[in-house]
Amino acid sequence: MPASETTALGSAGKAPKAPSERRAEAPARDALPPPAIAVSDLRVAFGKGAERFEAVRGVSFSVASGQSYGLVGESGSGKSTVLRAIAGLIDDWSGRIEVKGRPVEKKRRARSFYRTLQMVFQDPYGSLHPRHTVDRMLSEPLAFHRFDHIEKRIERVLEDVGLGPAFRFRYPHQLSGGQRQRIAIARALVLEPSILLLDEPTSALDVSVQAEILNLLKDLQAERRLTYLLVTHNLAVVAHMCSEIAVMNAGEIVEVMSVEQLRRMAPTHPYTRQLLDASTGYDAEKVARFERFA
Amino acid sequence: MNESREIPQHAPSWHEWLASDVPTSRLHARCVQLYLSWRAFRTNTLAMVGLFILLGLVLVAILGPLLITHDPYAQDLSKRLMPPGTGGFWLGSDELGRDIYSRIVMGAGITLYIVALVAVTAPLMGLIVGTLAGYLGGWVDNVLMRLTDIFLAFPKLVLALAFVAGLGAGLENAILALILTAWPPYARIARAETLTIRNSEFIDAVRMVGLGPLRIIVGHIWPLCLSSIIIRMTLDMAGIILTAAGLGFLGLGAQPPTPEWGAMISSGRKFVLDQWWVAAMPGLAIFTVSLGFNLLGDGLRDVLDPKSSGQGGGS
Repeated sequence: MPASETTALGSAGKAPKAPSERRAEAPARDALPPPAIAVSDLRVAFGKGAERFEAVRGVSFSVASGQSYGLVGESGSGKSTVLRAIAGLIDDWSGRIEVKGRPVEKKRRARSFYRTLQMVFQDPYGSLHPRHTVDRMLSEPLAFHRFDHIEKRIERVLEDVGLGPAFRFRYPHQLSGGQRQRIAIARALVLEPSILLLDEPTSALDVSVQAEILNLLKDLQAERRLTYLLVTHNLAVVAHMCSEIAVMNAGEIVEVMSVEQLRRMAPTHPYTRQLLDASTGYDAEKVARFERFA
Repeated sequence: MNESREIPQHAPSWHEWLASDVPTSRLHARCVQLYLSWRAFRTNTLAMVGLFILLGLVLVAILGPLLITHDPYAQDLSKRLMPPGTGGFWLGSDELGRDIYSRIVMGAGITLYIVALVAVTAPLMGLIVGTLAGYLGGWVDNVLMRLTDIFLAFPKLVLALAFVAGLGAGLENAILALILTAWPPYARIARAETLTIRNSEFIDAVRMVGLGPLRIIVGHIWPLCLSSIIIRMTLDMAGIILTAAGLGFLGLGAQPPTPEWGAMISSGRKFVLDQWWVAAMPGLAIFTVSLGFNLLGDGLRDVLDPKSSGQGGGS
């Protein structure tokens, strides 16, 4: 347990009292635990004036605690931007984001936020500091959040992601892609968050390693009762990991469906049908029939 | 990578310990890193030559009083302007009959003092300004970089001259002027490096830890800027010695009778055609040390550059 659990609650107390007030207005929802992540009318725009580009245009969804939620769409559909806004890596957004029933700030977030929610990045070659050892990557978050038993925690989290203590003092260039992604997962888990944002966690890995990492993520979720928000363009990955899926196109969610619907290939929105078609393999005639739904 | 590692049955030799692929502690990991860098550096003959020249300079500066043959300040007008090798003067004597060899040896300490002070202060100043500007961006970036531009717009020596003229002649003021003129290029380099690093995923990852900008800059951005700064520094050292010598030459640096190399050249200028050694000997000393720094800088670039093979790069 973090030594500063009480301060975490304390800093939460300092946050605006809005959620409890609102809950009073809607007593029917009070019985249910708040969703792990609730996003409503999220808008993100880049640039100014004539070059202003709205990457996310009014996205709303909610992820129940313990659920795996998939966000799929083609490149540029704004799915990663949604993730980065939730993580606090983009501070210029409008709308409302709640994590565990608590609205998050736009700029500097409370320390306790980072013990609740962590992120695994897309590229394991770019997400590890080239000059830091694995030990430093894992011990720095622990020291910053004043955890106790740092040595033991590092050893255990390395064990949990399937790497032995031999990897502790290695540099990223001494690791393979799969090992790097395991380290990235270990770094996200070392603060014992309950929510993980996964930004295409396997797209930079080859197929056999992809399966390993996905199975590791599944096992960790079962062990630690984690909530996953997974962004990917790979429908097979979503089908393997998630129970509910939101399909994004041009900054909007066009359809939310269950994984059963996806497996039956029974989408309702034409864009989703096209996305599913595209995933079954390349066919020049098929591609020629594709249209834009922006 | 083979994950099943072999555990050596015998106690590892120091060499095996230093080249170990699986360090067992933080200290061990650092030692291995240093050792591998040193091994890469050692294969570069020219860089080793540069390193030996500089080690020689340090030794001479420390042992100076034991190495001299004459009192560097003692004047003997009857033995003025003696050619090298005559009258007991290994490198000749100057216009006041002082031993040039002894003066060069005593001047090594002064040169080292100048170089060390400038080499520590200017890059640090540039690093702070550049990384702050690059990481924070916005108006901080604008203010700091315009300031840097102003400093860069002047020729180095002219700006140093202006500072010395304002502050008064003397070695300390010359060093201060050198620092104030030397930092802007470092700030530019550090900013450029920071801009390429700032948006990488590993910086996003430490932001997700909750670290503030200052910790990210010092702990995560500095280590990556440091190699290019150090390389630039060693390449700059030669220029700094020459600028210091230039200030001395113009009479604005070290004041006579201090045996500063630039000041010695300056006083030898009057006899450069007939008594060449008076100016040539300290000139040779400057040339040797500058060469040492340049060679070392080239070697360090090979070892420290994260883009070169062997370290830091892809697997």
